[in-house]
Amino acid sequence: MNWRHILTVFLKELKDSLRDRRTLISMIVIPTLVMPGLMFGAGAIMAKVMKKARSEATSLVILGGADSPGVVAALRAEPQFRVVESRTDFRELISNKQIRLAVEIPAGFEAALQAGEPQTVTLYHYESEMKSGLGVSAVEGFFRNLREKTVTERLAGRGLPASLVKPFEVRRENVAPPEKVGGNIIGGVIPYLIIIMCFTGAMYPAIDLTAGEKERGTMETLLCSPVRRVNIVLGKFFMVMTASVTTMVLSLVSMGLSVVVGGSMLGASAAKSAQAAAGGKAAGVIPFIDPAGILGVFAMVLPVAVLFAAVLLAVALFAKSYKEAQSYVSPLIIVIIMPAVLGMLPGIELTAKTALVPILNLSLVCKEMLSGVWHWQYIALIFGSTTLYAGVALAFCVRMFNREDVIFRA
Amino acid sequence: MITARNLTKHFHDKKRGLIPAVEDVSFTCQPGRIYGLLGANGAGKTTTLRMLATLIQPTSGTATVAGHDVVADPVKVRAHVGFLAASTALYGRLTAREMIAYFGQLHDMDDAAIAARIRFLADELDMHEFLDRRCDKFSTGMKQKTSIARTLIHDPAVMIFDEPTLGLDVMTARAIVRFVRQCRDRGRTVIYSTHVMSEVEKLCDVIGIIHAGRLVAEGTLPQLQERYAETDMEEIFVKAVGGEAALAAALETKEGRV
Repeated sequence: MNWRHILTVFLKELKDSLRDRRTLISMIVIPTLVMPGLMFGAGAIMAKVMKKARSEATSLVILGGADSPGVVAALRAEPQFRVVESRTDFRELISNKQIRLAVEIPAGFEAALQAGEPQTVTLYHYESEMKSGLGVSAVEGFFRNLREKTVTERLAGRGLPASLVKPFEVRRENVAPPEKVGGNIIGGVIPYLIIIMCFTGAMYPAIDLTAGEKERGTMETLLCSPVRRVNIVLGKFFMVMTASVTTMVLSLVSMGLSVVVGGSMLGASAAKSAQAAAGGKAAGVIPFIDPAGILGVFAMVLPVAVLFAAVLLAVALFAKSYKEAQSYVSPLIIVIIMPAVLGMLPGIELTAKTALVPILNLSLVCKEMLSGVWHWQYIALIFGSTTLYAGVALAFCVRMFNREDVIFRA
Repeated sequence: MITARNLTKHFHDKKRGLIPAVEDVSFTCQPGRIYGLLGANGAGKTTTLRMLATLIQPTSGTATVAGHDVVADPVKVRAHVGFLAASTALYGRLTAREMIAYFGQLHDMDDAAIAARIRFLADELDMHEFLDRRCDKFSTGMKQKTSIARTLIHDPAVMIFDEPTLGLDVMTARAIVRFVRQCRDRGRTVIYSTHVMSEVEKLCDVIGIIHAGRLVAEGTLPQLQERYAETDMEEIFVKAVGGEAALAAALETKEGRV
């Protein structure tokens, strides 16, 4: 290894890449502007849609209920429901989203209620459809109230206390400080984002520095210089690492800023409503993430960045052209996303086994670190194993550069 | 000085199996002389020159280039060789000066030496006008001049040219030929591959005819003319490779060879 040569190659690649508009877009513009814009834009749209769905009256069809005018009238009187004329093709109406659900009131419902006989009200809905789901909970709430009212009346009629059917209450109290709750929620997303940004940041330069050079015919020029291939590989590798880490840091910083700005905006609006509610706890706390956690995440990401850079360089080097390299590299994104998403799922925990699965282990351990939990044994195991994988990948990459059938693939 | 001894290169191909690209080739190029390697497409010229430039390793046999063995000491060989081929392009996003300086740095030259050498080469090749412009905006002629300056930055003792005039316009091609002559006149060892007969006639002191990976004839132009009883280089070439039928057959089977 000749560090002077490595530095020379690295600095040239850096200069070359910084003059390339495509690299600049993938390394700087996308992480700083597009990603947060996309996330917050999508978030805002989602919130708006949800709000609209909630504020809209639930359109429903009442089936039966001719002999239960009281219930029907109560349903009609509720401003949150819009009762549509009863039709036999209600299933189709629900499927076509013309109404959210249908409420079937059994014959003789009110009479049976008086007599104390058990009854079943059926709600026809469309599973997994958001508006239908909202409608179901609203109508269920209505009938729950009716049931409770009936129970209270019956108890009162027999001179029994209300506590008979409710012998005790269950109350929840949160001990996690609000910022930790934020850390947990964000902690789940951050590792995923880091992994994706780390990979996409490395992708473009890795292709440009290998298959791109082959395609433009500069690879052969470079190889006639008296520099050992290992030094060329390392120079290029450090450039890809730089791009990867820059993309990641920039996207994290811009995400962090957006969260702080968005959080304080939320906090301000929450404070107003808190005043109105007199003494309600501020709901808009800016999610707090332990700075040590962030540093820990960076440390853990480094070997993964090495792994990504080395694998991408080796794979892209095999290709003859830029296009070919893209078709090899694009499917890898799925391979990366799968374990990253798996790490966000609730049931998957950090164990000695999952600690050895690359990417998944990073996703899991970052979640822990960001919420302030440090499992030192796992951290050591993950760092060690990932460093080993990264080392193997880098050695493989150097090997590929030394293979003339790869470099001069015709 | 270049001494090739039984240079052999076989490639493995999944479909076609073992391909003998270069078979037992031996020759010597003397300083102050131009050795012309003449052959049809796919005859093994590029493979031979790539072995001499240590871009690829011989399967067997070896060569000594500027006093160093290509197998044992490839880095030292590259330090004394200037390699120019149609396939050695420039970095489009660098300026000519940056491009040349980059290779100077890779040759372990210090900044002062690089600056002085660039000044000298820019004078020689009349490059001052576009020295600080980016290579992707260059005309073919400007690109060739920059490439030449890149190969000469470390003042190599041996120059390897692999079809350097391929696809160039007449003016640029003539400039290249003039430059190759200058290299010879300055006492450099020059090896020059081409499939253009007239270039060989005009330029080369010694001619080696390569066919199907083998060196089938070698000598000065008068020697070859005498041996094949022909004055025209093309006729000599066809006779040396065993007639037109052999040439056509070789071209057919060797299609796509490196």
